[in-house]
Amino acid sequence: MRESDTGGARLIPRPATEATVNPGIMPSVTSDTTKLRPWSGDRAPAGWGLGDGQAIPWEYAPAPESRDVVTVKDRYGLFIDGREIQSSDKAVFATVNPATEEKLADVARATPADVDRAIRAAGRAQKKVWGALPGRERAKYLFRIARIMQERSREFAVLETMDSGKPIKESRDVDVPLAAAHFWYYAGWADKLEYAFPGRVARPLGVAAQVIPWNFPLLMLAWKIAPALAAGNCVVLKPASTTPLTALLFADVCRQADLPPGVVNIVPGPAEIGMHLVSSPNVQKVAFTGSTGVGKLIHRAVAGTDKAITLELGGKAANIVFEDAALDQAVEGIVNGIYFNQGEVCCAGSRLLAQESIVEPLVEKLKDRLSTIRVGDPLDKNTDVGAINSRQQLEKITELVAAGVAEGADLYQPACDLPERGYFFRPTLFTNVAQSHRIAKEEIFGPVLSVLTFRTPDEAIEKANNTPYGLSAGVWTEKGSRILSMVRRLKAGVVWANTFNRFDPTSPFGGYKESGFGREGGMHGLHAYVRLEDR
Amino acid sequence: MASHGPAASPRIEVRKTYKLYIGGAFPRTESGRSYLVSAADGTPVANACRGSRKDLRDAVRAARAACPGWADRTAMNRGQVLYRVAELMEGRRDQFVAEVAQAEGLRADRARAVVDRAIDRWVWYAGWADKIAQVLGSSNPVAADYFNFTIPEPTGVVGIVAPETSSLLGLVSRLAPPLVTGNAVVVLTSETRPLPAITLTEVLATSDVPGGVVNVITGRKAELAPVLAAHGDVDAIDVWGVADAARRDIELAATDNVKRIVRRPAGVTDARFDWLDDRAAERPEWIAAYLEMKTVWHPIGV
Repeated sequence: MRESDTGGARLIPRPATEATVNPGIMPSVTSDTTKLRPWSGDRAPAGWGLGDGQAIPWEYAPAPESRDVVTVKDRYGLFIDGREIQSSDKAVFATVNPATEEKLADVARATPADVDRAIRAAGRAQKKVWGALPGRERAKYLFRIARIMQERSREFAVLETMDSGKPIKESRDVDVPLAAAHFWYYAGWADKLEYAFPGRVARPLGVAAQVIPWNFPLLMLAWKIAPALAAGNCVVLKPASTTPLTALLFADVCRQADLPPGVVNIVPGPAEIGMHLVSSPNVQKVAFTGSTGVGKLIHRAVAGTDKAITLELGGKAANIVFEDAALDQAVEGIVNGIYFNQGEVCCAGSRLLAQESIVEPLVEKLKDRLSTIRVGDPLDKNTDVGAINSRQQLEKITELVAAGVAEGADLYQPACDLPERGYFFRPTLFTNVAQSHRIAKEEIFGPVLSVLTFRTPDEAIEKANNTPYGLSAGVWTEKGSRILSMVRRLKAGVVWANTFNRFDPTSPFGGYKESGFGREGGMHGLHAYVRLEDR
Repeated sequence: MASHGPAASPRIEVRKTYKLYIGGAFPRTESGRSYLVSAADGTPVANACRGSRKDLRDAVRAARAACPGWADRTAMNRGQVLYRVAELMEGRRDQFVAEVAQAEGLRADRARAVVDRAIDRWVWYAGWADKIAQVLGSSNPVAADYFNFTIPEPTGVVGIVAPETSSLLGLVSRLAPPLVTGNAVVVLTSETRPLPAITLTEVLATSDVPGGVVNVITGRKAELAPVLAAHGDVDAIDVWGVADAARRDIELAATDNVKRIVRRPAGVTDARFDWLDDRAAERPEWIAAYLEMKTVWHPIGV
């Protein structure tokens, strides 16, 4: 993750109307409105004069969520030892609304000295205050935090959408409620650790260094901070440099909750600051969510130390659809699997494995469904796919999609209008994809689905597991015993059967193989933040 | 007619060739190399194989091939198979006692205690086979209409750099935890005290542990541990027996494919660890270190 840019020339092509702007990068689009196949129930009556099979051109009135609920400050500081402070060299960086390319605020950029100061504050708080606090008192602070997040939920949702580009209906209905629920769930564990580890005494590790990504900024913060605090640790958290604002709003929640100073510290900054944080000899625990490439660097940084570490890294999930699946439900699950959060999801179902006998009707239904997806203003309550998080990420998606075309896969994109400004990308579907194609191997982290086929369950397993990743997988079939046999053979930490992209604080989440190790969520999530001793 | 009866000439002992254990067979190292192993008092005892990188790679291939079959056994079956290892060790108890005493320089009663504990440790871990999923697995009450559960599965191929000091009890204590849940293992034995480990492979070969599930290489740790750590088809590595000075480099090599790295607890030294202390040396956490948690969601509805 790099510093976000502000302004500057827009490099990003718009496939429908601007294909000529960047002919070298962006392939031409195979669809146009005359080829759209609408929902079967939505065909226009003959009297409308739209022609047979034409989609009803539904117009949606704008339904913007009000920004009034949130006050975006011009300037945000670091949150260290309970206080908002400038960085030691006074440096700031801009965070941008990816839907408008406008600067939202200047954010203090932590220096290594600031990080060290935060670690010292966390260490002091852990030894003198938080670690000594009875579990039932820690619990009440965490319950308070959960409640305040619920009370200020719309403020968080709007700010999250402005800073990250995700649709308001997702930040409002998924990110923020799940983040609050995460604090709620772990609050109750704080005074019950002896029941989570029978026969053992669970001790806190000390200071946890936590580095989180930009795709679910507040939710990842909750995944990291809630179990750490419940177990008696204090934290220094580095949010992603493109999405620091909800973490800094969370600092305000900590103040409102009267959380003792130093228990939570937040140090926005670039990747080097994250490396400085995890490399410190004064942290006892490292937790990272992000790409496998950066995860390996962080793993290297703790090699040879006694630090505990958990890594939640990339994925290239297979979403396997058998011929007996309920196809309409599967289509919804596939769409949710890859277009949820613009596909910027580590566990996204980016490889659709369709049984050969149904691949044609399935792809037709998918194309129909894609034509109804609304791409645009993330703050509009009707928007399904918002803005890509940053220019850098949009360039990466664009490059990989161009590689997919160059390697011979067939591209389909619905003909939807994209906003004039902002980082947007059409929902994209590739057919005729080979396992060797980059779009079938590399994590794209964008709204790009690759369709592959299989004939037998064995072949599906072979293809699904043919990746260094192992974060998640999906199985669609009406046959229960087949679900369970696929579940057993899939090398993935989460398997969604007849559903996809579901999350819950009680449900452990994490990867096999190069998707990382350790689990977040559930009782298992506590294990990453404790040292077990004999009774 | 003078005849030389048996009593007249001393019997010449049939010595054992100490070999590697790969894929259920006992090959000598492909490298043709050996090194002299001495007793604790310095007396030369035998030539052990000085295993090579190629031997190690063969062992990893054998382990990978054995993985699915071992993992697919029922938990109860794996428990019985590992319990049988204890049964067969019991039958060779005197041999193990003599070898451990020689290798570690222990008095007979102490060596006996060590071997007894090694046998009992198999029994303790074998009993976990059909229980660990109930202790570590969970049914998760998610806030929506889904049935959601989490089950442990074996990580895959585990490399073990065995304790250097405790040649049998330490080895068994590190080997049993990954085995009991269905992992396959490649062991780099104690470099200076490898012989009890080789005798253990003879027990494994005659028990019902399938060939390839345990593979044992003797040789120089400095030469072989980096190869094991860097191997792309090894999923986890136990660095207990790596010298402190070498640990960072070994762990760095292990990060390339995001290996699970299993370490001694902070502050614990290999030489001082008390393997006879059941509370310290029998830990369900050590089983959990080689498990992946798989969470499954399914909607509840009609």
